[in-house]
Amino acid sequence: MARNISFKQAINEALDLEMRRDPTVIVMGEDIVGGAGSPGETDAWGGVLGVTKGLHAKYGGRLLDTPLSESAYIGAAIGAAACGMRPVAELMFLDFMGVCFDQIMNQAAKFKYMFGGKAKTPVVIRAMVGAGFRAAAQHSQMLTPIFTHVPGLKVVCPSNAYDAKGLLIQSIRDDDPVIFCEHKNLYGLEADVPAESYAIPFGEANVVRDGKDVTIVGYGLMVHRALEAAEKLAKSRIEAEVIDLRTLSPIDLDTVIESIEKTGRLVVVDEANPRCSIAADVVAAVTQNAFQALKAPPQMVTAPHTPVPFSPVLEDLYIPSADGIAAAVSKITKTALAA
Amino acid sequence: MLDERIKPIVMPKWGLSMSEGKVTNWLKTVGARLAPGDEILEVETDKIAGVVEAGDVGTLRRVIGEPAATYPVKALLGVIAAEDVSDAEIDAYVAGYVTPAAGAGDDQEAGPRYEFAETTAGSIHYARRGEGAETIVLVHGFGGDLDNWLFNIDALAGKARVYALDLPGHGQSTKTVGEPSLAGLSSALTAFMDAVGIDSAHLIGHSMGGAVVLRTAIDTPERVKSLTLIASAGLGPEINAAYIDEFVAAATRRELKPVVEQLFDDPGLVSRQLVDDLLKYKRLDGVADALSSLARALFANGRQADLLAGDLAELQRPTQVIWGANDRIIPSAHATKSDSARVEVIDDAGHMVQIEKASRVNELILTHIMR
Repeated sequence: MARNISFKQAINEALDLEMRRDPTVIVMGEDIVGGAGSPGETDAWGGVLGVTKGLHAKYGGRLLDTPLSESAYIGAAIGAAACGMRPVAELMFLDFMGVCFDQIMNQAAKFKYMFGGKAKTPVVIRAMVGAGFRAAAQHSQMLTPIFTHVPGLKVVCPSNAYDAKGLLIQSIRDDDPVIFCEHKNLYGLEADVPAESYAIPFGEANVVRDGKDVTIVGYGLMVHRALEAAEKLAKSRIEAEVIDLRTLSPIDLDTVIESIEKTGRLVVVDEANPRCSIAADVVAAVTQNAFQALKAPPQMVTAPHTPVPFSPVLEDLYIPSADGIAAAVSKITKTALAA
Repeated sequence: MLDERIKPIVMPKWGLSMSEGKVTNWLKTVGARLAPGDEILEVETDKIAGVVEAGDVGTLRRVIGEPAATYPVKALLGVIAAEDVSDAEIDAYVAGYVTPAAGAGDDQEAGPRYEFAETTAGSIHYARRGEGAETIVLVHGFGGDLDNWLFNIDALAGKARVYALDLPGHGQSTKTVGEPSLAGLSSALTAFMDAVGIDSAHLIGHSMGGAVVLRTAIDTPERVKSLTLIASAGLGPEINAAYIDEFVAAATRRELKPVVEQLFDDPGLVSRQLVDDLLKYKRLDGVADALSSLARALFANGRQADLLAGDLAELQRPTQVIWGANDRIIPSAHATKSDSARVEVIDDAGHMVQIEKASRVNELILTHIMR
């Protein structure tokens, strides 16, 4: 039965249901219990934003508060995965990948290949991504392109509570390492979510709005900005189709190209920096594979090529806005629609 | 005062979640003479597209709902009145019409109630609506759910007490199908009737649900007042095996949409939301097992395992069989497998004939149970 719950609750529920179903699922990270070994730990904080709250009371020792060393505990999680566990390690902010990236890129991503397909590494690394939280340059980046670049990793970035639960369950059941990116500004967003377990397959984009004039592609928070832009555009009689990629690796280009065959126009929105971004990747793939379908040059709406500013005013300007997306659409629809 | 000679055409409410709908196309123009059941305009909801039909005799005097515009449920879309009603009277009616607020009126007005019954077969999700001396139970088919009766529940509830349930393994009911057989599903149906206090009822089954109610009538005739079998399984050996296999296997919208389109004579009725809702159901833990165990038990090797047409002849229960002439799942030739049943084959309809030709099917059901 579906109820209205938040993105954050959906993540908690996915962890809860999978821990109940499969005793090899363990959860580890800094402060994910938030008081291990101290009185009152059963009612502890449950991570910096409380996502894992309440799980310790149910699963006790299967939640591990780790030392402040990403290289140690991400490495431990990857090793445990290689030995038959299904660990979900919380990296807190994806920005902290720097200190443990060798474990992820050179170990987890490579085991299956280096051992001739005999090794599997079913680890999930959960982390917060994205700007708008007033957390400055080292806690606000959208680093999805870096992980998408590495073969052997799967990269997920949901935009809503329903997808967050189903994609996290799929991530835990998947036999490959999964980087699960949670936009911190979506945690409070509610949606109808079934109480039961369900898994959403990787590599299926979601068409969240039908339109015939232009295709707007995004993921995570940007899906909502794109929908906002589509509503504005509808007032000028431009009907935008909005596609939520949901998973970046694997990526569902078929759905994108199918849409462009109808609309002929593409705008890709990415909160990441523009160079070598998901936006650049989608534009390149569409240009290469569906050039004949394009009626206008594809547009990218991304963050600028700078770190995330600490000034709230600049930070708001840094993140792609609905107006910015609408402007990019207008640029490639105006002449065509007037004709 | 509302003028009795002027009848509004309003945005219908199809199912609990519908709060608004989009007018897509008018099928009649001002001046058209209408009889009950005439199709007046097409409306699209986030679930499915459907047709608004005339409920009264009269002339279409005003077209108010604009194509491509969205209106709340019960908003005034048009006016039907006799020729002798003056334009001024109609203008006054239109000017004075107030769309009732969402949720206004009693529970009966707001659409069916959705509940859960705890039965010996597990938790069963169901909708109930209407009051009356007669009780109707609607049983959906393989992979379906009670929303397959979206266009039927309200119309039938005007004359009877209507229940529609999700079978085990389906919709929001338990995903545990005890015994994957017609007998197993039939015992879940009678367990449901026990739990909600139905001694006997007019059973209406669609597709696999038809075979379920037929099994119920054979095993426990005292629970059954009459049968309506719609595009029913259990009457002949043929079935579209590819449909069953592909429906069970489909994991993405891209895979599922063309499969579901086979259910309709007009594939345009399959909206993105309809496919998404089906996928949400199919992704739930336990559903894949439930569907494949039922498919193996009932439709192994591309044939229907249970053939009950012979038993039907011996049943002392009024039976009617309804089919869409263009059914691509179970051939409409099965409609005439029983000599004792009334048979109605409806043109321009596919397997989901109760959706595509809802008002005709509703009329047939009501006539049958009042007979």
